[in-house]
Amino acid sequence: MENSLKALGFSAVRRVRVGKYLELILHASGREEAAAQVEEMSRRLLSNPVIEDFSYTLQEAGL
Amino acid sequence: MKFGVVVFPGSNCDLDAYHLVRDVLYEQVEYIRYDVHSLGNYDLIILPGGFTYGDYLRSGAIAARTPVIGAVKDFAGRGGLVLGICNGFQVLTEAGLLPGALYRNDNLQFRCRQVYVRVENAGLPFTRASSRGDLLKMPVAHGDGNYYAPPGLLRELEEKKQVVFRYADQSGELTARANPNGSVDNICGVSNRTGNVLGLMPHPERAAQKALGSADGLVIFESVAEYFKSREVQGGA
Repeated sequence: MENSLKALGFSAVRRVRVGKYLELILHASGREEAAAQVEEMSRRLLSNPVIEDFSYTLQEAGL
Repeated sequence: MKFGVVVFPGSNCDLDAYHLVRDVLYEQVEYIRYDVHSLGNYDLIILPGGFTYGDYLRSGAIAARTPVIGAVKDFAGRGGLVLGICNGFQVLTEAGLLPGALYRNDNLQFRCRQVYVRVENAGLPFTRASSRGDLLKMPVAHGDGNYYAPPGLLRELEEKKQVVFRYADQSGELTARANPNGSVDNICGVSNRTGNVLGLMPHPERAAQKALGSADGLVIFESVAEYFKSREVQGGA
């Protein structure tokens, strides 16, 4: 990808990495509960701690 | 002996494993569904190759959270023998039954070819009929076979003799060329601490008959047979 970007003239590119981006909607009583749930599911399934880190942001969906 | 072959949605080497046990080893074999919560009496559980759940999220990640894996964990905890081949190896790492993880191949290509596998630990129930340094010709066929363990864990695996197989060339040298996927230290098979759970990326079940180009994979199953025979002798004494 880095080579490909450079071939297109983006010579300023120094490093490219690919990761995963997931979006999910969940029901929670508040941000704290939502954060606790997201952390636990990230630890137990969504990420593999041997090879991956995770971070997340929360947003009210207003459903 | 009685073997169990676990079948997940997306397993595709389950029939190969079944064929091996029934038609080559002449032993009893049953399929085990992914949604069972307990296991019957088996001597060896095989997690076969395939693309369980379409490799969604990570190879083996979804399969590792199915009910049968809870039962396999109990079985392994009691000392039962568990063998994960290819995707089965990925499932076992995802389930925490084996250390490390399997990344995308470093060349980003699906690699399907014959490799030579060097036996590093011949003291396990799965390898006791072989000798350290033996070369086994077997096929690999995978896109996510790049074994990784962080440096601390890697040292621990070496110390505890949990590195069971490595990719080697035909003369037994651990070269980069012999390594089809960038696996750290050419590792292609590891065991758990107690040696009763083994995972490997190459396919011994596809190298168990001369007509398939190699029968070298048989030594793993001969080892298991020998292991149970020795236990019978001890039990009778």
